[in-house]
Parts: sequence; structure tokens; C-alpha cells
Amino acid sequence: MKYETPRFLDCGEAALSVEFGDSVDAAINARVLTLDEHLRAAPPPGLRETTPTYRALLLRYEPLEISRDALVAAIENLLAPADIEAKLSRPAVRWTIPCCYDPAFAEDIDEAAALLGRSAPSLARLHAGADYRVYMYGFAPGWCYLGGLPQALAIPRRASPRGATPQGAALIGGALSLIAANPMPTGWYVIGRTPERMFAPRRDPPFLAAPGDAARFEPIDAETFRTLDARAAAGETVARREALQ
Amino acid sequence: MSARLLVDAAGPGVTIQDEGRFGRSRYGVTPAGPMDLGAYLAATRAAGADSAIEVSLGGATFRAEGATLGVAVAGGDFDVRLDGRPLPSASLLPLAPEARLSLRAGASGAWCYVAVGGALDLAPILGSRATHARSGLGPKPLAAGDALTLAAAGPAPLEPLALAAPWLAPSAAPIRLLLGPQADYFAPEEIERFLNARWRIGARSDRMAYRLEGPSIRHLSGHDIVSDGVAMGAIQIPGDGAPLALMADRQPTGGYPKIATVIGADLGRLAQLRPGEDLSFRAVDWDEAVAARRDYFATIEAGATREPLPARVTTESLLAENLVGGVVNARD
Repeated sequence: MKYETPRFLDCGEAALSVEFGDSVDAAINARVLTLDEHLRAAPPPGLRETTPTYRALLLRYEPLEISRDALVAAIENLLAPADIEAKLSRPAVRWTIPCCYDPAFAEDIDEAAALLGRSAPSLARLHAGADYRVYMYGFAPGWCYLGGLPQALAIPRRASPRGATPQGAALIGGALSLIAANPMPTGWYVIGRTPERMFAPRRDPPFLAAPGDAARFEPIDAETFRTLDARAAAGETVARREALQ
Repeated sequence: MSARLLVDAAGPGVTIQDEGRFGRSRYGVTPAGPMDLGAYLAATRAAGADSAIEVSLGGATFRAEGATLGVAVAGGDFDVRLDGRPLPSASLLPLAPEARLSLRAGASGAWCYVAVGGALDLAPILGSRATHARSGLGPKPLAAGDALTLAAAGPAPLEPLALAAPWLAPSAAPIRLLLGPQADYFAPEEIERFLNARWRIGARSDRMAYRLEGPSIRHLSGHDIVSDGVAMGAIQIPGDGAPLALMADRQPTGGYPKIATVIGADLGRLAQLRPGEDLSFRAVDWDEAVAARRDYFATIEAGATREPLPARVTTESLLAENLVGGVVNARD
């Protein structure tokens, strides 16, 4: 549910959460990203960092430089214009991310397909046919949470985590998709794998996609995966970037 | 030969920290940084350093090579010795080649910072040298045999000096916090229970989170929230009702309600509590938290005063050298 007006919640005296709703929802996330864009374009004094998440923007600030009241007033001012609804954040960049759905690379695709009552190829087709948006990063560096998963692929998370994901795993869990940058245990289902490096600490920029970017998956076969993986390992970006609007 | 600091021994959890890897939380990057920022600043500012070694309860021993290094130590009340000679737990000292500086858990405190004057020759990753072991960013935790090269060595004092840094003094005063951001996930009587309880730091506490043992805190309705950003010192109540204080190595986002957040001026005091030690909380408002923050950072800004070694330590160090070897604890 989207709130009528945002809630301002203290996270100690030096951080403030601006909460726009209580669910994972494209319209709520667009508000988070809109405020984030405004604050980054013209940061109030004392603002140190913003962290966009599904439904809230966390602001780290120095309260000895700006009071909570002044910060809240600055935010309300940014959100006040009558046409703000029409100007909500829209993706400026779309990534086409190669993804291999071959069961050799998609360790849980058969299990997830069975749970969803469909075949693995139809799961892959639905996953690759959807338009996604980067709602947020979380959990670990480069773990990129994507809104836009088709309703038919919504799947409850596992009761207990599976073993470590492969690097570049494409996952589904709840109503979301996720690309996992590095191996970690997870309660989600591995339904594909991208050769792209969502996070490469020594690359410039180190992170491929930014919160708010659009994304699509392009199915590739195992042989193409190996070719692209070798190129990505050598530092090449194998996902395609496209400017929108 | 360029100057180096050699690690002769290191317990678990001895890491390099700077102020933290900030600015990339939007990409899932944990800031890390020191557990006790006030102690870190005491050490780095006294030594003239841009980073420090954070020593945990397991202790560590260091040697210098190639030059006499200016080293500052500050943090919990650790047992600090230079070639066996007890020093105050906050000291600025010359570490001559082949001299040994040892730190062991002392009377109180969980973290101690060792800062070497100058600059360590470590390449920053994403703008920081801080170790975040869980994500593999920054240098690996230090181990015996490691050597840290100084890109530039700073000046060393002629003899050890005590650092008077009043903000490092342990205190049993309640840890102050602001309620929220999700205090409304708890009934008023549960918040009262949380604030009135005597808590104990659990054994499985680390740089990521301190477990708080005490009464179980019940949620009003459900313990899942839509994940949102997490500030250091946030006290999260997971499904089992056992609070977790999220510390320097916390995940940048989390999906459990956070009943309260420890104020900046008291984060270091919380961090210095050891497993098994008790604490209580006191809720304050934003104005009181900011007043405490102003005082805390003004004191740190004024810096630690350098003083001659207190006579007590000197006498005991003579005893230690002449009579009883390494048995005497300078702080007993």
C-alpha cells in the first residue's frame, strides 16, 4: 500500500528513513527513486548518502550540519510540486543481460518449474520475456533486486537456504527476480546464470546497473555462455546498454 | 629498505579499518569501518595515520622493521606492553626495529586500535581500505607472518607517552537510543519491557551484530517487513524475539523490524562491551541525542592529551622487568 504522505522515521540521530509505502510495488519504488534522484541532483547541506530500497529511502546525514526538521522540510519541498506524479522516476537506461537457462547452469530450474506447475522451458520463456527494473541492491555487493517478475513465476522462498549460488546466478523468490554477484547461500531458486559481472571491484564503474535502470534477460545457450564468460572474465561488458527516452 | 610493521601473532578478527567504505550502500556495499569510531580517531589522530589495525579480544603482537615507527594505541582497557613493559592502554610510543608491541585483552573493552604514523601501502577498494571479511572487500584479516609496508613513515616520539582520552573511559551508564524506525511493530508494553530489561551480550557476537540476551520481545503482528536500509546501531528484533544490535559489518539492508537505534555518542561504548557483560538502555529524543553527539565529537576533535607515563605503570613495569616477568597486569 502506498501512503498518502511519506513517513519520516528516525534511525538514530544521524539517519532518517523516508517511507512511501509498506509493500514491494512499482509505483512506491518509483517514488523512492524520484526522491533519490532529486536529492542527488541537489543535496541539502549535511546529507552524506542515500540508500534506495523497495519502499523507503534511507538518508545518512550529519545532524550537526542540518537539523531533522530542516531535512524533512527540504524533502517535502522536493516532493511538493503538483506535477510530481507525472514526473516520477522512469528508467533512463536499459540493460539486456545474457542469461543461460540450460539446467546445467540453472541448478534449480526443474525444481522451481515443478513447484509452479509448468515446464522448465516455459519458466525460462516467461522470465526472459519480462521487463524488469532494478528496485534496489541489498544483502551483499552487487546483489541486484529486480521488480517486474511475471505473476505466474511468483514462488515462496525456501524454508531453509540452499547452498551457495554460482557467480552471476539469476534467481526468483517471492514476486522478485535477483542477480547474485558472488556465491552465497540463499532461500531463492537459481533459474539461470549470466556471464556478465554485476560487480567487478576494479572495473570502472564497478557496478553494472544502477537502481532505477531497466533490465531484460536474453536467453543464451551453454556454448554462448562459455564464450561470453571468457570475454567477461577478461574485463569486457557483455550485457548491452541502451539509453531510453 | 622501506619500513614495515610485522605481525608476529594475531588472534581472530584482527583487521585493517579506516573510517569506512561509504557512498556505495546503494549497491549493497557494507561500510565496515571501526567498531568504536571514537577510539579509532584517538589512535589515528595521535599517530597521524589514515587507517588503523583493529585488534579484537584475541590480541596481537607486532614488530617494526627498517625504521622506528610512531605507533598509537587506543581503545578498550587492553594489556599493552612494549618489550614486556606495561604501558597505559592508550599510549603513543616509538616502536624500534626488533622491539615487540603486544596487546592482550585487559580489564575491559573488546576492541583496541593500533595506528602507525604515516600511511600504510594498501590500495583502496571502492575508496576504502576497510576490511569487510564477509564480502571479501579490503585486506584479509591479519595473521602471524603478515607484513604491512609503510608508504610513508611518520615521526615517532622519543619515549612512550600516555594518551589521556576521556571519551575512552568505560561507563556503566545506560546506552542511549532513539526508538524507531519500526517501534510501531511493538505494543507499548513490549517497548517498556525492552527499555526496562537488563541485557547481556551473547557469546556469538561479532563485527556484524551483537546478540542481546534477556527477555523475548514480541511483535505486535508479524516479524517480516519489506527490507529497508539499516543504520549502525539499529536494534533488530527477528522472529525469535532475541534482539540483535547491528554493528559495523551489518548487511546494508534488512527485513526484520528495528525497534530502536543506538545514538552515535554511545555506539563506541556498546561496541566495547564483551560477551557476558550486561547493559541497559535509555530512550532519548533527537535533541538529546544531537547534544550528546556534539559533546562527544567536540571532545574527540580537541584530541587526546599526551602525558608522561604515570608513576604506577613505571613502578610496575620495573617489577615486571626485574621480578615477575610477564605476570603483572598493569591495570590490576
